[in-house]
This record gives sequence, C-alpha cells and structure tokens, in this order.
Amino acid sequence: MLTIKDLKASVEEKQILNGLNFEVKPGEVHAIMGPNGSGKSTLASVLAGREEYEVTGGEVMFNGEDLLEMSPEDRARAGVFLAFQYPVEIPGVSNANFLKTAVNEVRKSKGLEVLDSKQFLKIMQEKMKLVEMDKAMTQRSVNEGFSGGEKKRNEIFQMAMLEPSLAILDETDSGLDIDALRIVANGVNALRDGKRSFIVITHYQRLLDYIVPDFVHVLYKGRIVKSGTKDLALELEEKGYDWIKEEVDATLNA
Amino acid sequence: MSTLQETKNTILISAVFENWVNASPRVNAFAATIQEAAHSFLKQGIPTTKHEEWKYTNVTKLATTDFQISANNNTLKKVDVKEMKVTADAVIVVLENGVVNKEASNLEALPKGIHIGSIHDMLDNAVVKKHFLQHADYKTEPFVALNTATFSDAVCIIADANVEMETPIQLMMVNTCFEYCDYVPVRILVVADKNASIHVVETFESFSHTNSIFVNAVSEVVVAENAKVNYVKLQDDPLNTTHINYHRVAMARDSYQHLTTLSLGGGLVRNNLNIRLGDVNCTAYLNGLTVARHKQLVDHHTAVDHAMPHCYSNELYKNLIDDQAQGVFNGKIFVRKDAQKTNAFQSNKNLLLSDDAIMNAKPQLEIFADDVKCSHGATIGQLDDESLFYLRARGIGEDAARALLNHAFAAEVMEGIAHEGVKEKMLDILNDKLK
Repeated sequence: MLTIKDLKASVEEKQILNGLNFEVKPGEVHAIMGPNGSGKSTLASVLAGREEYEVTGGEVMFNGEDLLEMSPEDRARAGVFLAFQYPVEIPGVSNANFLKTAVNEVRKSKGLEVLDSKQFLKIMQEKMKLVEMDKAMTQRSVNEGFSGGEKKRNEIFQMAMLEPSLAILDETDSGLDIDALRIVANGVNALRDGKRSFIVITHYQRLLDYIVPDFVHVLYKGRIVKSGTKDLALELEEKGYDWIKEEVDATLNA
Repeated sequence: MSTLQETKNTILISAVFENWVNASPRVNAFAATIQEAAHSFLKQGIPTTKHEEWKYTNVTKLATTDFQISANNNTLKKVDVKEMKVTADAVIVVLENGVVNKEASNLEALPKGIHIGSIHDMLDNAVVKKHFLQHADYKTEPFVALNTATFSDAVCIIADANVEMETPIQLMMVNTCFEYCDYVPVRILVVADKNASIHVVETFESFSHTNSIFVNAVSEVVVAENAKVNYVKLQDDPLNTTHINYHRVAMARDSYQHLTTLSLGGGLVRNNLNIRLGDVNCTAYLNGLTVARHKQLVDHHTAVDHAMPHCYSNELYKNLIDDQAQGVFNGKIFVRKDAQKTNAFQSNKNLLLSDDAIMNAKPQLEIFADDVKCSHGATIGQLDDESLFYLRARGIGEDAARALLNHAFAAEVMEGIAHEGVKEKMLDILNDKLK
C-alpha cells in the first residue's frame, strides 16, 4: 500500500529525514517511536503534503502512485488521512459544514454521488458514537474552544467520516488524560477492519496498550534504526532510548 | 462636453453639476431648503484628496465625466424585478433611475399604519413634513448638498406608532440607463414612530455595465422613542458605478437600530454613516462587510455620536480585499460631555488576499465624558496558511478551502441581520460572490 524508499527531507534548509525506508501493507498497524527531534512529525508532514517541508530525495509510492507528486487534497481524496498533532481552530466554519464539504469532495473524486443533508446527518450520527461525541460539538466551529482531548476526538471523528485507507496519527496521545486516551483508542480500534492501515506516531508506549501495533519502529536521526513487534515498545518504555542511540552512534562512528 | 472649472478658492465643480444645481428646486414644497443646499454645494464643490475626509478616496473624476441627469422614464414591470426580491413576501418599492416606479412596486396591500410612496404623493403627511430633508447635513457634506439640490423624486417609508411589521420592506434601486453617463440622485426617508418596528433592505442593481454611472444616495432614518429599525444596505453595483451614500440615523430615547452595510460591488463606493444617539438608552449596531476585487475602492466612513448618557453602540467592520482593490475604514466615535455611562465598541478586521491589495484603517475616538467604556481594535492580516492546509488535508480543494475561510471571515458580519429570510438571502449572495 505504502512504500517509502530512501526518503530525504528538510525544513528551513535543515535535513531531518536522512534516507528513510518503510513499507506498510493493507490492514497493518505500524507504530513509529523515537526520541524528540528524530523526525517523527516531519515524516507525518511530508506524507500529508505540508509545503514547508522539502523532499530532497527518495520516493513514496501509495497504491502504485507517486504520493509526493500529489497536492494535499489529492492525497486526502486518494485515502491518506493525517490526524494532526495540533488541530487548527477555524472560527466561523461549523464542524458539520466542514465535514460535509470534505466528505462530498472525497466522494466526488471517487465518482460517487454527493450526500444530501439527510444522508450526511445519518452517517454523522453513527460515527459520532465511535468517539462519544455529542451533537453540540458538531454544531460548533471547527475545534474552536475545544479542549485538547476534544480536538483529538474530533480528529478521529473526521477520520471515521472520511474512511481513509491509510491513517497517520501524529502524537494523537499527547496531552490526553486516560479517559480521553481510551475514547480515542476505541475509535481507532473500531476502524481497524483488516484492510485499513495505520501509522501511529507516538512518544510513549502508553497508547500502544490500547492500540496494539503489528510492528514497532524506532526513528532516530531521520532513519528507522530498529524494528520489531510490540515487545520493542515495552523494552523502550523500560530502558529508554539511550541504548539505541549508543548502538546507532557507534555504528555511524565506526 | 463638460468643462472643468476651478474657482479662485480651488473648488472643484463642473458645468454639468452647476447647471443641475441652478435648475433646482424640483420639489417645490421644500424650495427653501433645496435652494440653500444648492448654494452650499456651490461653495463646497467636489472634494479633492486634500480634504482630510477624502484623503484615500479620489472622486475628482466625477467633475470631468460627462454625466447627464437621469431621465424619468420608468420601463420596469413587476416581472422584471421578481428575481431581485430579498424574500418572496417582501414589500417592494422600486426606484428606477432614482424615480419611484409604482408599476414595478407592490404597494397595493400595505399593512395598516405603514405608508410607502413617492414624496410627490406624500406631501400632506405630517411626519413627512416634519422630517423630510431635516436630518442629513448638507452644510458639511458636499454630496448631501448635491443630492438635496438635484433629486427629482424620493421614497418615504413611514411606520405609524405601535406598528410592528415583520415582513421586510425592500427599496430596490435599479439603474436602466444605457445611452449615456448617468447621474442618479436617490433620496430616502424612513421614519419608525413611537414603539414601531420595521425591517428595511436597500438593494442596488444596474442593468448598465458600460457607461459611467454615478449614484448619489441619501437616506434619512428617524427612530422614534422605543422604536426599532433593522436596516440592511446591499451594494452590488457593477464596476462602472461610483456609489456615494450618506446614511443618517436620528435616534430618540430607548430606541434601537441595527444597520448592516454589505459592499460587494461598485467601482468606487463611499459610505458615510452618521448615527446620532440623541437621547438616553439608545442601542445602535453597525455592521459592515466589503468584498473588493479588481481595482475596486470601497470606503466606509462611520460616525457614531453619543450625545446622551446610558447608550450602547457596537461596530463590526470586516473587509476582504483582493487583487489591486483598496479598502478604507474610518470609524469615528464621539462621546459628548453629557454622555456618561456610554458603552461604545468598535472592531475592524481586514484580510488582504493579494500582494497588491491595500487597506487603510483609521479608528478615531473622541471622548469628552469621564465615566464610559469604549474600545476599538483594528487588524490587518492574510488568510491563515495552517487553516488552509488543514482543510486541504481533508480533501477540500485549494480554491474551495479559500472560499470557505473567506466566507467564515465574512459571515460573522451577517449574523446580526435580524430577519432570517433576509439573512439567508444575503448569505447566498455572499456565497456566489466568494466562489
């Protein structure tokens, strides 16, 4: 589904990704962990098409298409979803209106009929249950005045509405208390259907107790330096990142 | 051909204007006032950019354009204006080239206590006699003077005491002149007597897109004790139009007025709003929106005059300026010595959508009372890139995302429109504009 080969990217002339290789098959859940500044969020931003990030080398193929050639909206329409680390507040645009526009743009791009208000409302009510979202939240402006937890729930709600084939969760657990974390994780798990793939970017192992990954990768200095199963996350939780850093730095210096 | 004349005192006036003004009065019942206004115009002339109030808005080309005064030929029928109605049930009064067109209007079944018509048919109305030409100041406003000296017809809307009318009254100004550069003086009087409540909507349309049009409109609005006037001005003229508008509201005690000015069209638009909170416990809202593109220039000059204590005013102006367009906001608030316990607020927010767009913002507060709450704020910025990316990351195309954000910015101004049907129509028009 997603194949990343030797990806290099920089922001403000500073190289962050240094030849990253990575593959995601349908239905897989990959966790990407790593110390601060290792390039986790850069990877998410590059995949979603943020313009400040310059790709300086390598390729990203998504279902046989060159993802890097696509605009952010075309990536979303093709089935890539990024749950933002810091969701944006957009005063004056209601959540419901925003989502209806988004869902219908995605449907149009797939040659599907656009939903009318009634059909949309029905689907929305179903998906709201997934993240225990109340109706008032859908009427409010996008993320305006939402708490951190509400914003993250809203991201997962949008994901449920847009039904992507690949979802990238960028530190969705940061700033969440345990109840919000559970709600968000339940929402994600409900969307695991054996076909949809996830890249879960996180700093802490905690989230992975709820969203159990098939693979865990450690990102350091812009490369994946170690991969394993969920046990790797537990090991990192226990031992920290220093032993990996030492291992990698020793190899680099050798 | 018009000849440009500059007198010794560098007063800018053209022979065309001079001839019209000298040919007044056109409504004999008010001859004295009209002649005074004529003299006043000849003294003031067309303002140049040396005049502080016209610094950013150059209207001197008016003195060199070969205008003719609009012909009194009414051509429109009811069916022609149907599409332009703000709501299906609206009471329509059509001013075709500044002259009331009864046939196109629907004034046949007005509610009891509501009087609408041409000044020529309402000269006997005591309220008209009392207020007509009495509120807009021609001595200091050159275009009020010109209007007063040149109008040949006027619309009067009178709501008797205690009459509450929920159906909107639409003043539909339509220009149908194709043959020459046209000067259209528009004169309006609106009076809501004690405890009355009305909704008024002004709309401006033009079928002529080629010759220069100069609309010079003056609205006098009187809100009597405990009366309520909700007023919307929709300006969607084509680019060939210079639209100068003076809107004066005189408020009595416990009265309420809500005014929304939507400037969505016109080559050069100047709105002069002058709200006088003349007695205690008045409430005045002024909302304004500009959507300017191409080389449009839209100038909002507002003056809110707190003369008496315990009044409230709130101003919200938003400007979306694109291409090489220019916006001006000049918001004056006066709080007179007697106007203690005044609450006066002003907010002006501007989005510049291109590198060449220009916005001039000038809040101006003059406060002579010492126990007041007043604030003002002005911001100028661009569309937020992060918001734009967020929308695009959800599959919304770049153009649609921009339109959505622009609409969200502008829609706040519409929120205050009290009549749901009118609000809906205005939002539709805005949507089309931002596509």
